[in-house]
Amino acid sequence: MTISRGYNPNEIRQAKGTAYRVWTQFSRMMKKNPNMIIGFIILLSFTLLTIFADFLVTHDPVSIYPEDRFMPPGSEHWFGADNVGRDVYARVIYGGRVSLLVGFMVSVFVTLSGLFIGLVSGYTPKIDIVVQRIMDALMSFPTLLLALALIAMLGGSVWNVIAVITIVDTPRMVRVVRSSVLTVKEQQYVEAARGIGAPISRILFVHIAPNTMAPVIVQATYFFALAILTEASLSFLGLGIPPEDPSWGNILSLGRKYLQQAFWIAFFPGLVLTINVLAMNLVGDGLRDALDPKLSRRA
Amino acid sequence: MSKYILRRFLLTLPVLLIVSIITFSIMQLAPGDPAAIVLGGDYIMFATAEEIEDVREAMGINKPPIVQYFDWLGGFFVGNLGESLFTTESVSYLVSQKIEATVSTVFSGIFIALLLGLPMGVLAGWKMNTWVDRAVMIFAVLGFAIPGFWLAFNLIFLFSLKLGWFPVFGFRSFFTDGPVEFLRYIALPAITLGVAFMALIARMTRSSLVEVLSEDYIRTARSKGLAERIILTRHALRAASMPIVTVIGLVFAAAVTGTVITETVFAIPGMGRMFVKAVGDRDFPIIQGLMMIFATSYVFLNLAVDILYAFLDPRVRYS
Repeated sequence: MTISRGYNPNEIRQAKGTAYRVWTQFSRMMKKNPNMIIGFIILLSFTLLTIFADFLVTHDPVSIYPEDRFMPPGSEHWFGADNVGRDVYARVIYGGRVSLLVGFMVSVFVTLSGLFIGLVSGYTPKIDIVVQRIMDALMSFPTLLLALALIAMLGGSVWNVIAVITIVDTPRMVRVVRSSVLTVKEQQYVEAARGIGAPISRILFVHIAPNTMAPVIVQATYFFALAILTEASLSFLGLGIPPEDPSWGNILSLGRKYLQQAFWIAFFPGLVLTINVLAMNLVGDGLRDALDPKLSRRA
Repeated sequence: MSKYILRRFLLTLPVLLIVSIITFSIMQLAPGDPAAIVLGGDYIMFATAEEIEDVREAMGINKPPIVQYFDWLGGFFVGNLGESLFTTESVSYLVSQKIEATVSTVFSGIFIALLLGLPMGVLAGWKMNTWVDRAVMIFAVLGFAIPGFWLAFNLIFLFSLKLGWFPVFGFRSFFTDGPVEFLRYIALPAITLGVAFMALIARMTRSSLVEVLSEDYIRTARSKGLAERIILTRHALRAASMPIVTVIGLVFAAAVTGTVITETVFAIPGMGRMFVKAVGDRDFPIIQGLMMIFATSYVFLNLAVDILYAFLDPRVRYS
C-alpha cells in the first residue's frame, strides 16, 4: 500500500469545480447502473408529490362525500372513493407523508444508534460480549412480533411507531457496523492514531467511523424500505398509525373489508407502496454496487 | 465437533436469559392493571378495593416484580405459561390449539419457495447474463418489494372472487378434512407467504452458484471435458449449497413474521393471528408466552443451522 504519491489527486479534481465533479460522478453512475437512477427518480418525484400535496390533490383527504360512496376510479375521484365517500387519491398522497416520514426517520435513527453501539461494541471487546448477547436476544424475536408487543406497551401513534421500528431494526445495523469495525480497527492508521495518544472518541469517530460508511449507507436505504413495509403492516393490523391519519397501511386495512365491492380502496395504496419499496431497493442495490464492490459480488 | 456444539450451545443460554428479561419487562412496563382487565374494564370503578386486591392476590401480581419474574420463568420450564386474562384457559392449551394451522401455513409457504426458488436460482446462475437470468432477477426484485397483504388481496380478488378457484379465506386441517380440502384452502396463503422467500432463495442460489462457477476447479473440470450437467450437479451445486443453508434458516425466522400477516388476511386460526388479537385485547400472558415460544424456537433453529454449517464446512469448527 503506497500512500505518498507526491501529489494529492483530490486537489486536481477539486480544481475543476464541485458542480463538474458531481455531474461526472452522476453520469458515470447512470451509465453503470440505470436501475438505480430510475429508482432515485421515482423516489424523488414521489417525495415532491407528498410535499406539495396541498396543491396537487383534488379533494380534501378527510372530507366525506356521502353521495360518492364506493364511486369507481374516474375523472371525479382518480383512485375512486371509499366507504364513506372520501377521495382515495388524496388519502394515498397524504398517507405517503406519514409513510415516508416513518421510513426516513427510522433510517436516520437506526443509522445513528447502530453506528454508535456498533463502533463502541466492535472496538472494546469487554463491552462487546455483553452488547452482542443483548443484540442477539433482540434479534431472536420475529421483527413484527416485537414491534407489536412494544406497540402494546406504548400505544399507537406516528412517533411511537418510529421509535418501535427503530428499536427493532437497530440490532441489525449494529451487526453491520460491528463487522466492519472489526476489520478496520486492525488497520495501521488506527494503530498509528493510538500510538500518538489520540483519545478513544477521536479514534472511533474520526478514524474508524468514516471507513465503515459504505455498508452503512447501503443498509440505511434497505431499512428505509423495510420501515415503510413494517409501518404498513402495523397499521394494516390496526395497531400502528391511528385510523384518523391516513397511511398506506390504514387505507389497505379498510379496503380489505370492501374487497368485493370496491377493490380500488386496497389496490391503489398497495400499488404505490410496492412501487416505492421497489424504487428504494433499486437505489439500495445500485449504491451497494457503487460503494461496496465486495458485497455486490455475493448478493 | 462435539466441543464445538457444546460451546455453541452454551452461548445460547445468556441469549435466552436476556430474551426472557426483555419479554417480562415489556409486559411489566405496559400501562394498565391486569387485574382491571380481568374485572372487565370499566367495571373496575365499581369494584371495591378489597375485590381488586383479591384478584391481584390470586394472579400473583401483588408480589415484587423479581419474584413474579422467577415464578413466570419457572413456569415456562414446566410448560406452564399462565392463563389468558379473558377465558382463564391455560396459555399452553390455547397455543396447542393453534399450532397446526401455523405450522401448515409456514411449511407450505417455504415448500413452495424452495420448490420454485431453487430451480430458478440454479437456472439463472447457470445461464448467467442471458434472458433467463434477467427474467429471474426481475422476478426476484419484484417479489421482494411486494408487501404480503397486497399480494394476498390481488390473489383473492383474481383467484377467489373473479375465477372462484379457491376459497376466500379459512383453514382446513390436513388430518380431519383430508388433503384435497387442505390444499384448496392453503394454496393462496402459501403463495402469499412463499413469494418473498422464493425471490430471496432464487437470488441467493444464483449469486452463490455464480461465485462457485468462477472457481479454478470448475475450469479444470471443463477443460478435461466433463459434461456441463455433471459439472453443475457434482461439482458446483454442492459447494454452492453452503450459503443456501444459512438463508433457509433465516427464511424460517422471517416466515413467522410473514405468517402474522398471512393468517390475518386469510383468517387462518394460527398463532400469528392469536398474537395480534392478544395485543389488541392486552392479554399479557398470551403475548408473553408466544414471544417466548417464537424467540426460543428461533434461537434453537439458529443453533441447528450453525451446527449443520460446521458439519458441512469443517473450517467453521476451528474459527
